[in-house]
Amino acid sequence: MGEAIVVTSGKGGVGKTTTSANLGTALALLGKKVCMVDTDIGLRNLDVVMGLENRIIYDLIDVAEGRCRLNQALIKDKRFEELYMLPAAQTKDKQDVSPEQVRDMVLELKKDFDYVIIDCPAGIEHGFRNAIAGADRAIVVTTPENAAVRDADRVIGLLEKEQLPSKIIINRIRQNMVKNGEMLDIDEICQVLAVDLVGIVPDDEKVIKSANSGEPTVMDPSSRAAIAYRNIARRILGDMVPLMLLDEKAGAFKRFRKFLGIG
Amino acid sequence: MTEKQHIMIKGVKEGLVFLLDDKCEFAVLLDELQYKLEKTHQQLLTGPLVHVHVKLGTRQLGDNDKERIKSVIRSQGNLMVQSIESSSALLGGANAAPAGPHVITGIIRSGQTVEHDGDLLLAGDVNPGGTILCSGDIYVMGALRGVAHAGVNGRTDVIIAASLMRPTQLRIADVISRPPEEWMSGDATMEFAYLYEGSMQIDKMTQLFRLRNNPIKV
Repeated sequence: MGEAIVVTSGKGGVGKTTTSANLGTALALLGKKVCMVDTDIGLRNLDVVMGLENRIIYDLIDVAEGRCRLNQALIKDKRFEELYMLPAAQTKDKQDVSPEQVRDMVLELKKDFDYVIIDCPAGIEHGFRNAIAGADRAIVVTTPENAAVRDADRVIGLLEKEQLPSKIIINRIRQNMVKNGEMLDIDEICQVLAVDLVGIVPDDEKVIKSANSGEPTVMDPSSRAAIAYRNIARRILGDMVPLMLLDEKAGAFKRFRKFLGIG
Repeated sequence: MTEKQHIMIKGVKEGLVFLLDDKCEFAVLLDELQYKLEKTHQQLLTGPLVHVHVKLGTRQLGDNDKERIKSVIRSQGNLMVQSIESSSALLGGANAAPAGPHVITGIIRSGQTVEHDGDLLLAGDVNPGGTILCSGDIYVMGALRGVAHAGVNGRTDVIIAASLMRPTQLRIADVISRPPEEWMSGDATMEFAYLYEGSMQIDKMTQLFRLRNNPIKV
């Protein structure tokens, strides 16, 4: 029986889908059997980020409404043998599927996969309840902005009510801005949110580039964000990996990577 | 249900008063309360929000038992418990405080609200977007980053204390204050807010004795 992890944030645009795609891929890279589930019905993106859009035949709503079996809707990744995704429908609405239906699908997937990564839509309404229904734990993505931290806090509160343990990822950190005091720093955010930190991801232009080309960032080991996501995947598997040092120069950074045994 | 009635419900201007018998067993009382609300007094349960004052006679109850009464009444949609009083407590004055603050533990996160009648001690933080409402004093053993409102029923002699005072907003009775920059002392000492001549003041916790020894009447 695998584990289902929901990636959520409350606020939009903080990197839920990017995180889901990269974590899923990184876990597959580490040899795990992974299925990613896009629950953002009506605004599906995960397939685009993964570069699998043109392979979609059936989607989550088709499964919910019994037009196909769950297995038929799964799309196999083009890079990994054991990486799959269940796409959301683009034409329907979040109300067209119930939390119970999503939970049943996730339960079914957990039988076959080591990890089920659920990509949650922004907001805390029906779509959010769908996404968390089948999850065993949650990863809350936030950025070093007050609004994002506020929303993450709200979401953590809601997850606590559902008794889902949550951890946070702080995404898109710009170290030079943090240094100048123009951006919240990691300690400040952790103090407010008071949950475990599972990783930090530096802001990296390569993320945008790779999302546009349908190739998860994690595949490019020269990207710092890729290393950050790989570290997070290892932490999910239970490895102890030190937090990435953000303000190192390229030379020192390479040494650091060598020290971790990656890159 | 029982031959003798243990509960009387009276309508007053402010809402309803539940007079609870103080001789019978507590369990009997709870059963009858539930029975009355669910079976015989359903006309109370429709219509607008009604405030309920519970009078216990001479019976003394712990917070747990009070909470049980509250939850029975509250389970009926439109009834809101305003107070639970014993007559012996009434002897001490209309606003007699219970024997100490009610203690709760945890983080009040964005979007969450904690309400309490009496004094409240929170072991944990109030995050931005979180709210704490209290008819008496508020003590936060942690960081107060959200909104705290003490004296919601109009008491002006109450205080809001916090280990780390970084509120979005402080309210005492009907005075609302946004913390100006100079509040942010930056030191990690515990501070408290109080009303002095109708305006909000902040001071170090060590100064509280001055206020409480010579209560300021605003």
